Amino acid sequence: MTTIYSSATEMAQALSKKDISSVELTKLHLDRIEAVDGKVHAFLHVDSQGAIAQATAVDAKRAAGEKLSPLAGVPLALKDILAQKGVPTTAGSKILQGWRPPYDSTVVAKLKAAGVVILGKTNMDEFAMGSSTENSAYGTTQNPWDLTRTPGGSSGGSAAAVAAFQAPLAIGTDTGGSIRQPAALTGIVGVKPTYGGVSRYGVVAYSSSLDQVGPFARTVLDTALLHEAIAGHDERDSTSINAPVPQVVAAAKKLDVKGMKIGVIKELGGTGFQAGVSQRFNEALELLVAGGAQIVEVSCPNFEYALAAYYLIAPSEASSNLARFDSMRYGLRVGDDGSKGAEEVMSITREAGFGKEVKRRIILGTYALSSGYYDAYYGSAQKVRTLVKQDFEKAFAQVDVLVSPVTPTTAFKIGEKSNDPVAMYLSDIATIPVNMAGIGGMSLPVGLAPEDGLPVGMQIMAPVMQDDRFYRVGGALEAALLSKWGKPLLSNIPELGGM
Amino acid sequence: MAAISRDDVAHLAKLARVEMTPDELDHMATELEDILGAVKRVQEVATAEIAPTSHPLAMTNIFREDVVRPSLTNEEALSGAPAKAEDRFKVPQILGEE
Repeated sequence: MTTIYSSATEMAQALSKKDISSVELTKLHLDRIEAVDGKVHAFLHVDSQGAIAQATAVDAKRAAGEKLSPLAGVPLALKDILAQKGVPTTAGSKILQGWRPPYDSTVVAKLKAAGVVILGKTNMDEFAMGSSTENSAYGTTQNPWDLTRTPGGSSGGSAAAVAAFQAPLAIGTDTGGSIRQPAALTGIVGVKPTYGGVSRYGVVAYSSSLDQVGPFARTVLDTALLHEAIAGHDERDSTSINAPVPQVVAAAKKLDVKGMKIGVIKELGGTGFQAGVSQRFNEALELLVAGGAQIVEVSCPNFEYALAAYYLIAPSEASSNLARFDSMRYGLRVGDDGSKGAEEVMSITREAGFGKEVKRRIILGTYALSSGYYDAYYGSAQKVRTLVKQDFEKAFAQVDVLVSPVTPTTAFKIGEKSNDPVAMYLSDIATIPVNMAGIGGMSLPVGLAPEDGLPVGMQIMAPVMQDDRFYRVGGALEAALLSKWGKPLLSNIPELGGM
Repeated sequence: MAAISRDDVAHLAKLARVEMTPDELDHMATELEDILGAVKRVQEVATAEIAPTSHPLAMTNIFREDVVRPSLTNEEALSGAPAKAEDRFKVPQILGEE
């Protein structure tokens, strides 16, 4: 029987056999959201009416015998950073409160064309600036594994929604780890595709040389199906790569790593990493060896500078990107009493509309780009970016994929790092190099840390436009873990009650 | 590196068009100091002979025919405007300030 605990693949099969209708499946998920989101707070906006309408349309097409996409009728949660026509889109910020975009982002248009049912918009750190959702202007999302902990961020709402069975699929964005880190902290699969692999048209921009849209799901195959549905060239995004989409679904079904060379990055492990994280990571490596892969250690000596470079590059680009929130054409306007000029109204509006971390990054970016400091900060960071890229190139000359833990620790407590920006930034230490180089990476759940019972993720990275490689390794490792555990990792998640 | 003063932050805030309360200025100066202390590590390895990377892809200009294509209607484009008048965005006074 199809339930909210089924995989997206199982749901799609049941839909195609007409064992369940998309309206029924959508209602199951809307009921689940109603029952548990008071505890999890994954959603900022639930579009029940729109979702039922989409589901009804898919059911009608199916009844008429139309040929449908693989995921037609399956529900999905959308990060509130993607424009969806007529549906509130805030990017977690007060400055966009009440804004309803007059158009669809390309990803939303593709999802609609594929018949995927969009349940609603998920919580996130304001403008994707954060690693915990604590920077959302609309409250923090709770980790369904332990409601006193964060689900990670910035796409924490999307990750929590999938882990809490509020949706089998979700969309996130990843600028420095914002898909992979919350996937790791909630025990689900998350992928940051190659930069340029998925269109960003209609996605609120944070750091344009780093931002990328990607999929979340509870299995590798589900993630691949969603990846395939959203990927591909878009003439409306000049940074989207005009090349065939990597064969990620076929790769996810291969379940074989025989003869593959897998590189363990020496610098991303050991000191500074929680014991249980390292333990589960190493056990997963053993499974890969048992499956016929060869493990080698590689060194990426410049990765230790990547975090510092990121916190110059991203704020610099953000300070420029966020200039568009000027209170003139859309969004919030404060203080326009007829006596003040445009610039004053702009400054008052931005003071009222932006949260603390956003202001911090705008000021930091403005500083790093200002004359006299440009070469010392932004210029130096760009050079580090070259070094990080070179480290990856050298490593990929020796191996097919690279692996590391996704995060140094399991999910941290809400409030634990919110007053210490530098400590918070450290949670992205293993994920940032991937964005700097523009390659793709997957977060795959590899167990629960013995000391706290919380999920651990393995990061699998591949060269530009070779995303199929991490789906192949991820699919094979997932199958090996499943046969070791006898049941999926998420079957250990506490019941949220909510009955 | 010279310390970031409160006045520096006030100047940056003005450049970035963000009003800040005196309290925020005090906080931000301390926090920026901490963050810059952590990120200036990039200078340790950023030597003169390394070329900067600004973007992960090799970008080239993309052209298309200069023809009108369907776009937002006037009404749609103005749908999120904080204020509008005569089918246009209405904005606070721009000239004649100071």
